[in-house]
Amino acid sequence: MNIHEYQAKALLRDYGIPVPRGHVAFSAEEARSAADNLGGSLWVVKAQIHAGGRGKGGGVKLAKSKAEVEALAKTMLGMQLVTKQTGPEGKKVQRIYIEEGADIARELYLGMVVDRQTSAVTVMLSTEGGTEIEEVAAENPDAIVKIHVHPGVGVQPFQVRDAAKRLGLEGKLVRSLTSFITKLYTAFVDLDCSLAEVNPLVVTGAQEVIALDAKLNFDSNALYRHPKVADLRDLTEENPSEVAASAHGLSYIKLDGDIGCLVNGAGLAMATMDILKYFGGEPANFLDVGGSATTERVTEAFRILLGDHVKAIFVNIFGGIMKCDTLANGLVEAARTLSLDVPLIVRMEGTNVALGKQILAESGLEITSADSMADGAEKAVAAVRAGR
Amino acid sequence: MAIFVDKDTRLAVQGITGSAGAFHSRQMLEYGTQVVAGVVPGKGGQTFEGVPIFDTMAEAVEQAGANASVVFVPPPFAADAIMESAAAGVSLVVGITEGIPVLDMMKARIFLQDYPDVRLVGPNCPGVITPGQCKIGIMPGHIHRPGHVGVVSRSGTLTYEAVGQLTALGIGQSTCVGIGGDPINGTNFIDVLSAFQADPETEAVIMIGEIGGSAEEDAAAWVKANFTKPIVGFIAGKTAPPGKRMGHAGAIISGGKGTASEKEKAMSEAGIVMSPNPSEMASTLKKLL
Repeated sequence: MNIHEYQAKALLRDYGIPVPRGHVAFSAEEARSAADNLGGSLWVVKAQIHAGGRGKGGGVKLAKSKAEVEALAKTMLGMQLVTKQTGPEGKKVQRIYIEEGADIARELYLGMVVDRQTSAVTVMLSTEGGTEIEEVAAENPDAIVKIHVHPGVGVQPFQVRDAAKRLGLEGKLVRSLTSFITKLYTAFVDLDCSLAEVNPLVVTGAQEVIALDAKLNFDSNALYRHPKVADLRDLTEENPSEVAASAHGLSYIKLDGDIGCLVNGAGLAMATMDILKYFGGEPANFLDVGGSATTERVTEAFRILLGDHVKAIFVNIFGGIMKCDTLANGLVEAARTLSLDVPLIVRMEGTNVALGKQILAESGLEITSADSMADGAEKAVAAVRAGR
Repeated sequence: MAIFVDKDTRLAVQGITGSAGAFHSRQMLEYGTQVVAGVVPGKGGQTFEGVPIFDTMAEAVEQAGANASVVFVPPPFAADAIMESAAAGVSLVVGITEGIPVLDMMKARIFLQDYPDVRLVGPNCPGVITPGQCKIGIMPGHIHRPGHVGVVSRSGTLTYEAVGQLTALGIGQSTCVGIGGDPINGTNFIDVLSAFQADPETEAVIMIGEIGGSAEEDAAAWVKANFTKPIVGFIAGKTAPPGKRMGHAGAIISGGKGTASEKEKAMSEAGIVMSPNPSEMASTLKKLL
């Protein structure tokens, strides 16, 4: 799960991590009073969306007067902000963050991720702050130093000293960095983060470090023990179909194609998308109904697919624990309640397959049945072509 | 002979009275697996389908002679259950539970370092089956046939797909192992492949990976240097968009890494014959036999 920058900074502040002062605003008036409240003579107005690259997209601006803060807030609120990560349609800005200006001597990069190769957290520190770390990794890999944290003891000061030395950082800055990284690791573990990124991590003239930006992602499987974090979820930042699907225990991701897929199991669901593409089709979605799909869940899955205006639906089920007759009953029920008006191609295999096929045959529904994944995919692609 | 499990495996089921635990324990009993104990804290002394229930794994080992366990415990308590099994002295722990917090598994992995003889398979996996001898997990037993092809996979239903294809072509399986779809797990591809290499019953292998991480690339490098049997590969998620988690917690392309094409390239270069699509895994293998 993602949260906004201002929410991440509030969480970090609770761990004693230095962040600039700031206030969230939902209107130009609130932005103005935020600037009043902060005082000073320089403010940063930052669009709050769940995507990176905001600066280049025009979502981060400096203001030298309160009037300018208000004017920027007016332009930014409601705009479709397009960045490298939003896709061409952009994301609507619904909240902004007004922050005090910072004293910037240089910019570093700090990232923390769960590293699957070491089964532990890896810290990445780089002197190339402000740019995307993937670009640095590709162009100047020596500018990134990694710290492998032992999960039993956490980040040790010598590891930060060593990393700093490799990057040519020295003096008082090393102590500030050690304190910052140690606290961030504590927050990371305490809050069950899956990623923490501070980019840029600013070094001030006084050789202190401060988080100018902050991105936190959380392990959704651990949210049950962090109700305060779970409350920060902003559903307006997520795809409505995906939100509806997750509420019904379905794992669903919208794609750009026109063939809806309904599959049990994540691996088989991905493979189904792949085989459609192999035969020249375009999958409209990834949809895993899970191992224990009920009639209601199958109906809901159909409702979501039809809502996406697909031109055909390919059902690919390998019944293990999920029985084919349960699925067939779900299909019949869904087709009756939802007035299915696109070709339906069904491939069923596994537990109770004969019974499942019988239910579909007796339902009187117009269903194209397939003998294999390949057969089903070819038939789905052909159905879409015939409909054009 | 096969790998990891056989007719002598004595299984304890952690969470035998929960809905998934109960359903699959019946299926495992029906398949012929020796389910010798259930473990549910607070329910010691009861029985399930004639199987004695204990409060702790230690009792299941001491009193019922369990040498393997399977975990159906809900996510918040599953890492604890895995560590309990290891400490109790079984040699195999199969974690079925999906949705265990990553940091819980991180702790469990450190704990398991003190038990080098304990093999953890999973979590978030379908389990391990040696057809005709022992089924531990949630896979449909009836699609399997005893034989000589090993199957190793990160995905559940896609494993069934491969097994279904093999059986339809009259090709049986030695052992099928689902290693699971989580970012932090126990047994990896290399562990299973080296066991298949050493197993005289296994003559060829199907290896099924998916996007995310670098386990397939690591396995490919190992295969190139060490594996001598015919092997067919498939990677799911060629069409998956970057930055989106495709169901499994571990199936995500991030920072341009973990793509299907990188994995396919590494595997092909290691001599693994890639199936052109997921419907031809078994037929591709048959050509190599």
